[in-house]
Amino acid sequence: MTAILELRNATKIYSSGLINKRVTVALDQVTFAIEGENPMITAIAGESGSGKTTMGMLMLGFLEPTDGHIFYDGRDLWKSSKEEWIRFRREVQAIFQDPFEVYNPFYKVDHVLTVPIEKFKLANSKQEARSKMEEALEAVGLRPGETLGRYPHQLSGGQRQRITVARALLLNPRVIIADEPVSMVDASLRATILESLRKLNREMHIPIMYITHDLATAYHICQNIIVLYRGSVAEAGDVDLIIREPQHPYTQLLVGSIPWPDPDRKWGAGQFMAKGEILGGYGHGCRFAPRCPVAMPVCREQQPPLYRTHGTRAAACYLYKDSPTLEGRDIGRVLNQ
Amino acid sequence: MSNPILQVRDLRVYYYTERGPVKAVDQVSFDLDPSMRLGLVGESGCGKSTMAMGFMRLIRPPGRIQSGQILLDGVDLTRLSQEEMRQTRLRKIALIPQGAMNSLNPVMRVKDQIADGILDHGEALSAVMMRERIAEVLESVDLDPRVANMHPHELSGGMKQRVCVAIAISMRPKVVIADEPTSALDVVVQRQVMETIQRLQQEMGISVILIGHDMGLMAQSVERLVVMYAGRLVEISQVADLFHDPLHPYTQALISSLPTLRQKGVFRGIPGITPLLLNAPEGCLFYPRCPKPRDVCKDRTPLLQEVKPAHWVACHPYGGAA
Repeated sequence: MTAILELRNATKIYSSGLINKRVTVALDQVTFAIEGENPMITAIAGESGSGKTTMGMLMLGFLEPTDGHIFYDGRDLWKSSKEEWIRFRREVQAIFQDPFEVYNPFYKVDHVLTVPIEKFKLANSKQEARSKMEEALEAVGLRPGETLGRYPHQLSGGQRQRITVARALLLNPRVIIADEPVSMVDASLRATILESLRKLNREMHIPIMYITHDLATAYHICQNIIVLYRGSVAEAGDVDLIIREPQHPYTQLLVGSIPWPDPDRKWGAGQFMAKGEILGGYGHGCRFAPRCPVAMPVCREQQPPLYRTHGTRAAACYLYKDSPTLEGRDIGRVLNQ
Repeated sequence: MSNPILQVRDLRVYYYTERGPVKAVDQVSFDLDPSMRLGLVGESGCGKSTMAMGFMRLIRPPGRIQSGQILLDGVDLTRLSQEEMRQTRLRKIALIPQGAMNSLNPVMRVKDQIADGILDHGEALSAVMMRERIAEVLESVDLDPRVANMHPHELSGGMKQRVCVAIAISMRPKVVIADEPTSALDVVVQRQVMETIQRLQQEMGISVILIGHDMGLMAQSVERLVVMYAGRLVEISQVADLFHDPLHPYTQALISSLPTLRQKGVFRGIPGITPLLLNAPEGCLFYPRCPKPRDVCKDRTPLLQEVKPAHWVACHPYGGAA
């Protein structure tokens, strides 16, 4: 069975400067597939600059990979015909971070729902369009009567963000890519939005990629997680295993810094380079080596491959070199499917 | 036990709009002990930033401090002249405003931005002493003294935020208010900045008021926590007690809306939305969202009462109807 959306050795390199070319590897050879059989929620986690948004942009077809391929339904996305692109645009939907910028303040919020209906000709009549909109709003826990006909400033950030979820849903998508959908929403409202995402996954069987820097929410709503560090995969696999017992030193640092709302569970004592953060270039070795407390000479020489340390997890760290390497660097092999 | 460094008594800050007064901060009273980290938590729009601006006397029209006292070391800030207040800021009480790290001047070196505040508050230091002072404050926020000669664009977010902390402590104030100091930072950097702030409190005896909406961050970094809802304080307690035994239904809802490591998948949002503070009605403002409302809640505003040692709550079922 072919995957819905697949990245094969997807690499994105940004270069800047005319004379002194500076090159940034935003995403380095990521291979991964979204299956439709058992739709999962998969987190792409990492700090700013880790390449998580670049990975999302590649999956949305907003960016063309510098190297490697993106396949949609087994066909190379960047060699698709116009009709195939239109279908892709409808079936792969995005939810973005900022619930304020999505809206034009001069239009009623209905606008973000009516435009896709018109563009993709989803309804034959006004009534049909209206009932589709109401259905989508109800699916994300909003009362249409309280939302339609309002202007963006009359709604809270949480309501606005749920409307963008409803917009994605309206198109009956096969995949949803949500890039930091709750980071600008109050903590008390995050749960509601995440709950509606989880509902879409469970009840409508839509696989979701949840791009985030917040491991606590990732732990709660996802089955799988991919941890990126400076463009390469540090660790990937089952979210419970990884959050409870992180193997890669970077994931350990990340998990150790989660501010759990529990005064009995304090931040770990581990101190990782509080002084002098490393900015800028890196050599051939592991990208985390300059900050890593257990770095070995080999870490500075060659980038570690992904080692399959368990049936459903892999880590790119020489600490686990006794485990077999992950075939084809294919993260899909260690994710719950 | 020493006297509180900051005592707030019945503080009210209102914004006068064309449609009536907005009670952004209403009937707020609490104490802050010397060398303590106090958290102030609440949803957006609950008045927590207005309260911080109120403490600094930086409320602009149409807002104004309606009434109440802000006693800093026994001196009522609301009664100071503009010039006296200007001298008090940074010297005795300093604010790290929301988004401060993006308001550093991009064309000034870090050292000049730190010196600016010190000079403006009339401290005459020789060039050598100034250089030493700058190196010292940078050191105290875990920054390399070489950062002094850099421009903001050469620094990462966490480093910029630490420069803001350095400016705030440059005159050794007694109280530092930090308004969402880490909201734009990654978890690792967030933790480093919070640990820096914590160390300053411990080593320099500064009292810190940390404002934010992230209960997780509060649990990790403060000793005492004040919960604010719709302009009023609803609960005050030591942080461990607040998490183990939250009394106010709002605090309970806030805590159960958080993802913890213990129970996977068990967290839910708070139904309803925060009330508009325009022409706010009498009674408990959480009443429309409360899971266990009573008739009395609609008519009478509950007052903060100490129902357990050092644990205050404003909720009728606990006897707050005095």
